[in-house]
Amino acid sequence: MSNIVLDAKVPEGPLEEKWSNARFDLKLVNPANKRKYEILIIGSGLAGASAAATLGELGYNVTMITYHDSPRRAHSIAAQGGINAAKNYHNDGDSIFRLFYDTIKGGDYRSREANVYRLAEVSNEIIDQTAAQGVPYGREYGGLLDNRSFGGAQVSRTFYSRGATGQQLLLGAYQAMARQIELGKVKLYNRMEMLDVVVHEGRAVGVVARDLITGEIRSFSGHAVVLATGGYANAYYLSTMAMMCNGTAVWRAHKHGALFANPSFTQIHPTAIPASEEFQSKLTLMSESLRNDGRIWVPKDKNETRSPDQIPEAERDYFLERRYPAFGNLVPRDVASRAAKVMFDEGYGVGPLKNGVYLDFAEAIGRLGKDVIEQRYGNLFEMYERITDENPYKVPMRIYPAPHYTMGGLWVDYHLMTTIPGLYAIGEANFSDHGGNRLGASALMQGLADGYFVLPNTIGDYLSDQLGTDPIPTDHAAFKTGEKAVKDQIDELIAINGTRSPDYFHRELGKVMIAEVGMARNEDGLKRAISEIRRLRDEFHKDVKVTGSNESFNQTLEKAGRVADFLELAELMAIDALNRRESCGGHFREESRTPEGEALRDDENYAYVAAWEFNGVGEEPTLHKEQLVFENVELAQRSYK
Amino acid sequence: MDVTLKVWRQDGPEAPGRFETYEATDISDHMSFLEMCDIVNEKLVERGIEPFSIDSDCREGICGMCGIMINGHPHGDQLGTATCQLHMRKFSDGDEIVLEPWKATGFPVIRDLVVDRSSFDRIIEAGGYITVPTGSAPDANMVPVPKAVADVAFDAAACIGCGACVAACPNSAAQLFTSAKLAQLNMVPQGQPERYDRVVAMVDTMEEFFGSCTNHGECEAACPKSITIDFIAMMNKDYIKAKFKNRRLLGQKA
Amino acid sequence: MTATGTPTKKGQRPFLVEFYSSAVGKKWVMAVTGIIILGYVFVHMFGNLKIYLGADDLGVYAIDHYGEWLRELGEPLLPKTAFLWIFRAVMTVSIVLHIHAAYALTIINRKARPQKYQAPREYLVANYASRTMRWSGVIILAFVLFHLADLTIGSANPDFITGEIRHNMLASFTQPAVAIFYIVANILVGVHIFHGAWSLFQSMGWNNPRFNPWRKWFAAVFAGVVIIGNVSFPLSIWAGWVG
Repeated sequence: MSNIVLDAKVPEGPLEEKWSNARFDLKLVNPANKRKYEILIIGSGLAGASAAATLGELGYNVTMITYHDSPRRAHSIAAQGGINAAKNYHNDGDSIFRLFYDTIKGGDYRSREANVYRLAEVSNEIIDQTAAQGVPYGREYGGLLDNRSFGGAQVSRTFYSRGATGQQLLLGAYQAMARQIELGKVKLYNRMEMLDVVVHEGRAVGVVARDLITGEIRSFSGHAVVLATGGYANAYYLSTMAMMCNGTAVWRAHKHGALFANPSFTQIHPTAIPASEEFQSKLTLMSESLRNDGRIWVPKDKNETRSPDQIPEAERDYFLERRYPAFGNLVPRDVASRAAKVMFDEGYGVGPLKNGVYLDFAEAIGRLGKDVIEQRYGNLFEMYERITDENPYKVPMRIYPAPHYTMGGLWVDYHLMTTIPGLYAIGEANFSDHGGNRLGASALMQGLADGYFVLPNTIGDYLSDQLGTDPIPTDHAAFKTGEKAVKDQIDELIAINGTRSPDYFHRELGKVMIAEVGMARNEDGLKRAISEIRRLRDEFHKDVKVTGSNESFNQTLEKAGRVADFLELAELMAIDALNRRESCGGHFREESRTPEGEALRDDENYAYVAAWEFNGVGEEPTLHKEQLVFENVELAQRSYK
Repeated sequence: MDVTLKVWRQDGPEAPGRFETYEATDISDHMSFLEMCDIVNEKLVERGIEPFSIDSDCREGICGMCGIMINGHPHGDQLGTATCQLHMRKFSDGDEIVLEPWKATGFPVIRDLVVDRSSFDRIIEAGGYITVPTGSAPDANMVPVPKAVADVAFDAAACIGCGACVAACPNSAAQLFTSAKLAQLNMVPQGQPERYDRVVAMVDTMEEFFGSCTNHGECEAACPKSITIDFIAMMNKDYIKAKFKNRRLLGQKA
Repeated sequence: MTATGTPTKKGQRPFLVEFYSSAVGKKWVMAVTGIIILGYVFVHMFGNLKIYLGADDLGVYAIDHYGEWLRELGEPLLPKTAFLWIFRAVMTVSIVLHIHAAYALTIINRKARPQKYQAPREYLVANYASRTMRWSGVIILAFVLFHLADLTIGSANPDFITGEIRHNMLASFTQPAVAIFYIVANILVGVHIFHGAWSLFQSMGWNNPRFNPWRKWFAAVFAGVVIIGNVSFPLSIWAGWVG
């Protein structure tokens, strides 16, 4: 299969004309013919719901499959900060080109220019669309939209809805989709988990799914399949992701031939609440905005025992301000996380498990007063106190970096199609727009751009060729084979009947991943991780215990299947990290740094997208390179000194 | 600390239910309530016993997936808190904690503590949206929204759809859920064209699944987002108006 | 996957029937009839305070005079007692609708939760008044029927003389059992009013942050005044303060 040629299908013409050229060149499906097509969408987050709504409006027949009890539960709902757009409502020099530039630079020059420019281009339409849907954006007294500033940009371009922008945008997309459900254009299957892609004669023709309530394995057939299944940061076990977020859909697509791009690119967010004990199930994020007023420090003495407010100024090390005087506490996420890690590694961590650094508001409270701080961050302080039982107005917060987002994902071309014809990946499930590091408030932008504006335009190009063909019936051998494979895998998991719960293996995997494939990576550690993951995977298949049967609602079985896939996907993450002997964005290789210890990119050898081809579990995957061409920006080393 | 869990177990929607008792030992103060449940369940798995089913997802109080009756209170007795945000430090050593699913005709039990809340989706599908086909929206700043309106629309939109309002209501009414969405959309200028159709469609659909409001106010107390029953009054007003208004004149101001 | 039933569309019926068929419509009817009944209860209580005014120079008691005025109200446009009968018809319709709506809503609500919670349920804000509306309503209905038989029709009164209100009241309330029944029933009326007079604002959709804090106060004061007024009649007669 190694004859794959990666054709990104980037349109001709100057950067700013590519998207309109593309829309002109794409083949269209006539409005009367759209109702002859069936499209399957897996996942109901921002990307999936907005795509379902828009495709339904266009006239396509859409099937929405989600494992949640309601589409509104998708984890997009937890995004706090905001959504970027190049509206330049604040007259502060913003433009589409600047948003494009900031995103490319923030991603450390590892994303595709044409895709990122298109993202910046449609960002404004997203704001128009969502405001018209009634999303309660923050507003000025005159009734017009307000903006915030966010990391990695020097303009105010972030639209927000208090601390729940993701929730409000997701509900807007969900509601638009609900309208299509009522109109019969979208069919909703909730509590239905996709477990395999069906590929027939080289095209994606459907999926196999398990009804989570009855355990029934059934097939869905369509002209195209869209994966909007989010990211896989739960490979680290402890992350800011929801409990059910998983990599199963993308991983199973990968096993059918979809190349996986930059799997090791993970964003580790600096400001999460530290874990308090072994059985912690997830990490809770504290918004990036806190770093506007909070100062990050550790005591200068490793054996400090005093309470933080008793430690005099002179005995504190404000390490971000010390190392990065120009940006101070507002360096980008990857830089802040790594700097904190250095402090833990040297033994300066604070808190009972020595796994935090202080985020101190005492100075800001002194300068602005408690009321102002309460107005700005009241809900976050309350959330912090609820979780830790400490009052952040009195003692500094303790924070710890946490896996938060995966920039990697299925490789897609400019049309968002994977290397399997007819199989699309949108939102966090693809790799295309964020390169090595995602800027704050850009995830919502990308999910909605893909779903509302990009996919509905590009998918017709593929579908138009299939006019007159019916979807393959679900009793076709291709589906029966897929169903059997899924059943066999489930039966195998139940038959192991070992002694350990799936959660145990997930936790063990997480420990390896965060230690060796986390904030800083090196050759020895990555090799160790690969062999550890393999050992853990073998142990899992010998010793996991799945109670209950396949014929009922069985959360242990669901979990076991997801952990089984993480145990394979994690290995690819480590292999990719091992291959990329440079530091870029969230990927920091200790072998590649400047004399001062900062990340050092290697554009000569690694300015490519690493797209991996699956060759079997435990087999070495094949690397395909998509060389990145930068015609509109100049590659420069990032510096925040 | 050690606590005893009395958990409602029910094999399916039609199956009779029963309480089972499980011991949760060596629980740390810092654990969340759901982490305590994870531990109990993990031990059950290792002993070959099927763990009790319980829904949760984001575990930061925003997705609305979690939600059970804890000692007779929806989401436990801490105000403005979802089940996932409860911590064990609020309990004491030796406590017996009773866990029950939401009980309502509109929320059939799937298994144990897990219920089916699809009825909420049906209410939204009936009219809980503003019709804007993608691409047809005017510039976002074309329609100013007074700040007070935007703020209260957000208060209403904060609903996470967990179902605690229904669970808390002696009548299993879904007025708080329905009125919160209606308040958000019927209050903003963008929502005016569909305002009266929306309220009738959503209320009628709501009534197919749920009981009626008798103004106890339990829903407001149980709501993890502390959504106010003022929205229920607004919904009633809009519904009555929708029934009496000559809608051909809706284009006229005053 | 769970059942995704499409809601059944209601047929075209006369719009008032359509409106009343919804639970929100029924609550609105309860609120409107409740307002009518509240108005009546207040005026009834206020009018009866004339028991305390004694007699005029001709020896006609103020309350009996007032009774006669009620019968003559509307003359000469309407024949004598016509207004009274129209008024009684309105009251009867209101009460019947109020009870029917309550009954129908109770059926709906029972169906909405066929299986109760097995663990003890602790309420946070629902109060005694709101949770006993059905029981207090039924007892009040029984009381009203007795009250009509006692002081309007006279069949339950030991010594009923048509038109002599004060005399009939004294005849009735000097019986301790009857006096106690009146007192208890009127306290229940107050309790019922306390929830009803607040609840009607919600059902009517009368909600404005400016006056919202006053709604519960209004209900409490209204209920209190009605209780004090109404309980005072049997109490003061039974105790011999009026006589």
